[in-house]
Amino acid sequence: MLRFAINRILQAIPVLWVIVTATFFMLRFAPGGPFTAERAVPPEILKNLEAHFGLNKPLYQQYLSYLDNVVHGDFGPSYKYPTRTVNEIIAEKFPVSAELGMWSLAVALVVGLPLGVMAAVRRNTWIDYLCSSFAMVGICVPTFVMGPILILLCAIELGWVNASGWYSPIDRVLPSLVLGLVYAAYISRLTRGGMLEVLSQDYIRTARAKGASESRIVLRHALRGGLAPVVSFLGPAAAGIVTGSFVIETIFQIPGIGREFINSAFNRDYTLVLGTVILYATFIVAMNLVVDIAQVWLNPRLKFE
Amino acid sequence: MSRRLTALAALAALLAAGCARKEAQGQARAGGPPRQVYRYGNLAEPQDLDPQVVQGTPEFNLSTAFFDGLLEPDPRDLHPVPGLASSWDVSPDGLVYTFHLRHGLRWSDGSPITADDAVQSWRRMLSPRLASEYAYLIYNFVKGAKDYYEGRTADFSRVGIRAPDEGTIEVTLDHPTPFLTKVIANHYAWDILPIRTVLKYGALDQRSTRWTRPGNFVCSGPFMLKEWTPDVRIVAVRNPDYWDARRVRLDEIDFLPVGDVDTEERMFRADEIDTTGTVPLDKIPTYRRDHPGLIHIDPYLGVYFYRCNVTRPPLNDKRVRRALAIAIDRESLVRDVMRGGQRPAYAVSYPDDSGYTPRARISGSLDDARRLLAEAGYPQGRGMPPIELLYNSEGAHRIIAEAIQEMWRKRLGVEITLRNEEWKVYMQSQHSHNFQLERAGWIADYPDPHVFLEIFETGNGNNDTLWSNAGYDRLLHQALAAKSEAERYSCYQQMDAILVDECPVIPIYYYTYPYLMKPRVRGFTPNVMMNPDFKDIFIQN
Repeated sequence: MLRFAINRILQAIPVLWVIVTATFFMLRFAPGGPFTAERAVPPEILKNLEAHFGLNKPLYQQYLSYLDNVVHGDFGPSYKYPTRTVNEIIAEKFPVSAELGMWSLAVALVVGLPLGVMAAVRRNTWIDYLCSSFAMVGICVPTFVMGPILILLCAIELGWVNASGWYSPIDRVLPSLVLGLVYAAYISRLTRGGMLEVLSQDYIRTARAKGASESRIVLRHALRGGLAPVVSFLGPAAAGIVTGSFVIETIFQIPGIGREFINSAFNRDYTLVLGTVILYATFIVAMNLVVDIAQVWLNPRLKFE
Repeated sequence: MSRRLTALAALAALLAAGCARKEAQGQARAGGPPRQVYRYGNLAEPQDLDPQVVQGTPEFNLSTAFFDGLLEPDPRDLHPVPGLASSWDVSPDGLVYTFHLRHGLRWSDGSPITADDAVQSWRRMLSPRLASEYAYLIYNFVKGAKDYYEGRTADFSRVGIRAPDEGTIEVTLDHPTPFLTKVIANHYAWDILPIRTVLKYGALDQRSTRWTRPGNFVCSGPFMLKEWTPDVRIVAVRNPDYWDARRVRLDEIDFLPVGDVDTEERMFRADEIDTTGTVPLDKIPTYRRDHPGLIHIDPYLGVYFYRCNVTRPPLNDKRVRRALAIAIDRESLVRDVMRGGQRPAYAVSYPDDSGYTPRARISGSLDDARRLLAEAGYPQGRGMPPIELLYNSEGAHRIIAEAIQEMWRKRLGVEITLRNEEWKVYMQSQHSHNFQLERAGWIADYPDPHVFLEIFETGNGNNDTLWSNAGYDRLLHQALAAKSEAERYSCYQQMDAILVDECPVIPIYYYTYPYLMKPRVRGFTPNVMMNPDFKDIFIQN
């Protein structure tokens, strides 16, 4: 397993390099730059600004020196925020998004898994229909609809929670719920599908024939195999959820990295875009590795190869 | 059972913690009146608090709280009044400005504010390495400053800025600039920085240092920095060392960088914000109908127009431009489409801006417009080369464009197509003149008609129309050399008349500034630059 992991980590390096390179050049070829504004910056000032950020050097030199800095863990200064570095912005904002992501993931699993299992076990009964309807609604109602509705209800009408902010523990409740429920919906669908497939397998019939109780069959024999599709989904989903949600952070005024990810692109904040892309890519690669390891553990027919 | 109880208790604790924040508002001080806390919607996270490396409205609002200029704007009509300088003199030729600092001025760390701080601040502003975006607001006026900025001389003593003594600052100009005091009073480019503090964290001309961080930051204004949590809030508290501290009534201002208008409006309804930065466009009619006491719509010193690229047919023909300008029903546009109380614009300059109102007006009947079009060779729009209107994807520009497209189709028979681009792409198209007709606007940096008229000078960096008129350029120079304001404004009247006749841009409406404000906020003085005068604001519970 260790060899498998090391191998995969080594493979990740070229993947990240391709992502960084593509992002770097795509950004530079996008029209407009960090200093493009409604009031034209006079040419003599633009020259000095470009000199400050090294934009006056040939593009390949800028690229090489950027790579050199990244290898040394330095993501450079932000263009939009003149006295902040990208490292600093990520260090401030990423923990917020990660915390929100953890809570949301917890909501997603706690709600999604039982619903999926119940739907599969009570297939084609009203329980199944209820769980499936919940999943459909969860998938179909976007967060930017659900979020404001819950704020109107819980914050403005009932006054239970704040409409915005990230100050006290209660501020975590609504955003985690809204973000988590979408994922819960997907998870319940996937769990139901996975469970149905496993429940029709021969070894389940064998277990039934041997007189195992229903709960033992579901929890002990079926769940492990039935979770395989959920685990595959969870890898990239967790990477996405933990690196921030632009919509949720905007609706609830949460100082997370998801907003930087989108806004930096609008601002052509070259270094901040690259920093957030690297963060996201690293998470995706890492989570996929974790997923592969978990798959082998869940399915004895797979081997680390 | 006990586990369930614990869970309930935890939930109750959470709810209590949530409510605690709201009750912090107007919380009584031991034995005193409630603390005066004002929560202000500041639109976006500021780039920084250093006024020399920023641009934009959130930064402007913060600089108002943290820094006083040598001159300050009168909160009502924005004319220059004494700030850090108690008085100033102008030499008879209009070239030498002498400012006299107040006695006993102190930075928020208690150290004295001196004339040398001013000299060094402007030296910093002019240093090429700092690369301040607004450096031109100094070097366009001050003698020798542009040579220094562009590195033709490294000797700052050749720049017309000096401090003859600790309390006096003398600025020598390159040419008379009758509106200079308005620039100094209204724009943070001329703010004075605490040079000793700046130097503590880096070189004078270093762009990125930590001097603006909480704990390091020192300022001269009515408020000082207590907390800065990016994308959460900036907490400013009363500065006891401020020269006019007795006038300040608020104990604290929370600057809330809420970028999303809908989020901000929900915060307002949940009583988490006292004054919003703006109002969602589609909610303006509802607020005006149901809560007229909460919504405010004030005039804002800017004009919205369609810019023609006068080098591309058919808009290279002024008759076509004029016909299009006449055929817009501006009254119906602002009433039925915009619905935000905007005023129709029939000229470029803003009405009643520092006592100036343009007399020229785009006028004429639809028949006049049709005749102009026929004279240009396109009767009922027939045979007209295609026109494409460019606008940026954000905001209400699309619905305005569609309304005007329909007006031109119905009234003139002119068909235009629409193209939208993301903000930076659109800016790039504009500055590289890759458009025929585009939506644009111009917001004043300081309250003077010069702001709107200078951008049509031949070769001006913001003259993206590529229009050029020798008579117009001559009038602009005459205006700067004018002996009196009346003489200067009469030049501007002629310039406005030329613009209305030639229509390099088609003015559409003058901006307004909509915001929501809780009735308990008092002492708020609206003005055309939405320059918040935090000194006089107070909360009446």
